Amino acid sequence: MSSPIYDYLDGNAAAGELSKIFAVDVTVAEGQCAHCGTTKRFAEAHLYMQCPGVVARCAVCEQILLRLVTVRDRALLDLSGMTYFSLDTSQFKQ
Amino acid sequence: MWHVGKVIALHDETATARTITLEVADWPAHVAGQHVDVRLTAPDGYSAVRSYSIASAPNSEGRVDLTVERLPNGEVSPYLTQELTVGDRLELRGPIGGWFVWRTDQTEPIQLVAGGSGIVPLMSMIRSRKAAGSAAPFRLLYSVREPAAVFYRDELRALTENEYLSLTYAYTRVAPADWPRPPGRIDTTLITNATWPSNFGPTCYVCGPTSFVEIATSLLIASGHSPERIRTERFGPTGDRK
Repeated sequence: MSSPIYDYLDGNAAAGELSKIFAVDVTVAEGQCAHCGTTKRFAEAHLYMQCPGVVARCAVCEQILLRLVTVRDRALLDLSGMTYFSLDTSQFKQ
Repeated sequence: MWHVGKVIALHDETATARTITLEVADWPAHVAGQHVDVRLTAPDGYSAVRSYSIASAPNSEGRVDLTVERLPNGEVSPYLTQELTVGDRLELRGPIGGWFVWRTDQTEPIQLVAGGSGIVPLMSMIRSRKAAGSAAPFRLLYSVREPAAVFYRDELRALTENEYLSLTYAYTRVAPADWPRPPGRIDTTLITNATWPSNFGPTCYVCGPTSFVEIATSLLIASGHSPERIRTERFGPTGDRK
């Protein structure tokens, strides 16, 4: 799905929402798209926040990488669009 | 997770944009380019969260400057730019984001490209470079509607005069009378004349409304910059960063 009206943000913008789930900043992690195999930083994904939640799409094939919806005290996280996350753990050492 | 910041100063940058200086207890020092989430809660419990870039240089005093542009139909920005007063408190989450950042140990040339209020996180980088005494060469291409819409004008002029920064303004609607370039969107000629050549190996930071970031990034890539060396932060079509 293309987005000719430029209605997306960058994956960076999800860092606050994702910090509710993850102990580290995963927007700097590399993730592989399960649809086209592209590996990029999550910060470079196309982010849609106009929906009830957060949807991240691959910057290359526009398929869904991540969905996060929070309703009251329950968060639902779908990561089936990503094969893996690769994190540089040296940055997390204090 | 949420911190409480106390408003200690307010400063109008333009007719529609205001810098809010907050003092936040137990605030971890940020890195230039990071943002915060601001949460406003109404008496009935309804709350709205928006992201705003930090404008100030990293510091250890728990001081955070946010520059907020008022949006005509905004839910949060009219409050922040018109009703907030010194002494008020705001809920903040952050500092957030480890990708769109400039760290003081980076020595390569830096190309900053701002569209409108996209200048804010780039100003944090410029201030951080000066505060750290870094010698990394910085260039800024600042696209703005008209001269009256420029943020941080006097500070940018002083930085340019002291050779901390090479700065080019690109006016899109109205330019000063003697300006060499007619008003218009950024184009190939401007990118060629006002940015580091790609063979200098600069890291590029592009921030602005989504359509601006698309155009600027395409022009940088077309002029030889590697997509891997271009970091972007989009505000979305309205500029209201959710």
